Amino acid sequence: MSMPAMKTEVSAVAIPQTATAAPVVTMTPKRAPRAETYARMAREAAARVVPPLIVVALLLVVWELICRRAGSSLPPPSKVFKDTRELILDPFFDNGGIDKGLFWHLSASLQRVAYGYSLAAIAGIALGTLVGQSVWAMRGLDPLFQVLRTIPPLAWLPLSLAAFRDGQPSAIFVIFITSVWPIIINTAVGIRNIPQDYRNVAAVVQLNPLEFFTKIMIPAAAPYMFTGLRIGIGLSWLAIVAAEMLIGGVGIGFFIWDAWNSSHISEIILALFYVGIIGFVLDRLIAGLGRIVTRGTAAN
Amino acid sequence: MQAYLKLDHIDKTFTRGNATTEVLKDINLTIEKGEYVSIIGHSGCGKSTLLNIVAGLTGATNGGVLLENREVNSPGPDRAVVFQNHSLLPWLTVYENVKLGVDKVFAKTKSRAERDAWVMHNLSLVQMAHARDKRPSEISGGMKQRVGIARALAMEPKVLLLDEPFGALDALTRAHLQDSVMALHQKLGNTILMITHDVDEAVLLSDRIVMMTNGPSARIGEVLEVSLARPRKRLELATNPGYLKCRQRVLEFLYERHSFVEAA
Repeated sequence: MSMPAMKTEVSAVAIPQTATAAPVVTMTPKRAPRAETYARMAREAAARVVPPLIVVALLLVVWELICRRAGSSLPPPSKVFKDTRELILDPFFDNGGIDKGLFWHLSASLQRVAYGYSLAAIAGIALGTLVGQSVWAMRGLDPLFQVLRTIPPLAWLPLSLAAFRDGQPSAIFVIFITSVWPIIINTAVGIRNIPQDYRNVAAVVQLNPLEFFTKIMIPAAAPYMFTGLRIGIGLSWLAIVAAEMLIGGVGIGFFIWDAWNSSHISEIILALFYVGIIGFVLDRLIAGLGRIVTRGTAAN
Repeated sequence: MQAYLKLDHIDKTFTRGNATTEVLKDINLTIEKGEYVSIIGHSGCGKSTLLNIVAGLTGATNGGVLLENREVNSPGPDRAVVFQNHSLLPWLTVYENVKLGVDKVFAKTKSRAERDAWVMHNLSLVQMAHARDKRPSEISGGMKQRVGIARALAMEPKVLLLDEPFGALDALTRAHLQDSVMALHQKLGNTILMITHDVDEAVLLSDRIVMMTNGPSARIGEVLEVSLARPRKRLELATNPGYLKCRQRVLEFLYERHSFVEAA
């Protein structure tokens, strides 16, 4: 009777011993690598951030030195900052008409791009799929696409103004017609490059055309589609600034044109800075989305 | 005995522009239910074309394929294919790859839970249940081929078509997978048609070996009955006179009477 009790006592004593010993032994080495990883992450981040910061600082210094002397046609960075302080600090003011903060101009431009680009993405993927899948559609449409895609975006603007008789739809149309071509062409290439193996699998499993489209075509061609979508978003941001200069109203393009007409060179420089940053963000957004969507396909 | 799968006077001619090439000429073959038949021949003799015709992926120029006395001329899950290069969809997990076929074939006859259990059952048949959530890029070549076999088996095909299923694998993995296929055939009694260019593989696995002459206009040269008792053990067979004789026959056919002509 007493034997099992003794045994449990022994083990009961033994367990806490190992339990107390274990954390002491394991915790100390764990803490050191964690601090090390943070330090390594910080080093890596610094290695990425510091070089561009140095380059930007150097460029600002050079710019300041060149434009500082009297009679210079462009303002130095210090003057740009002084002139546009109000615009930078309060981007949300709205005095009616086109006298608004930069936020409103940028959001109006982004809205036009969103409409035009969404239409282009839908139409581009649909047409690209058609051209990639059907030999006859390709023979019929491809020459047309190859000619139309070389037309500069702004050349479409007078025609679309004539057709829509309004600035807003015309600008959206220009965005659409600019960004649709790379989406069509890349989607078509992606569809045409779907390996025969995948088509065979679909045939053996007897997927219907709709299932084939959603389960095979879209994922298989996604890397190509996103290449097209990424080129498209870049082109639409290029086109919107130019188009808005001509159509007027609220928008970053017209803001720049208006600043030029009123000789506010500093405001132009500030606007260019914003245009660049937003173009960069849009590009990264589509690239990031593409990475998430094509995770499986790209891995192979 | 009524033929289960019948290849009836199949000719295949490819035409490109003015040039026509006769690949297959007058192929006749009957396969019984539960039989394991291999087709062996030098590369370029049209054996893959023949398998594609049986699968319905390519049409025959003349003749046709009869499965249980009904003509088949389009692909379908009743003749599931294990492709040479696995052909798993890289954006789907192992589980989803198998599920793709199961969902189509058993859409009406099995409930969602039953289909799920069926997928897992087939994955465990090929010892791949542990990798259900992995993507094809995360598993080895042999494992991919196992999943390919599970995908085909899960469609409950009347005939399982293997297109050089072990061709892209290293020798050790290949032997391992051959044993698995042998065990599955023993257990499930599938009818199997396999394309191969490996003599040992053909003798080890098959009930009959169909030897094809060189192309163009390849035809069936000889059919060899392999009457070795099952289950077969690789090591025991290595010294088995019956095995060695079969092996000898195939080698003689391939390397003496129909040796590969380089400039064919």
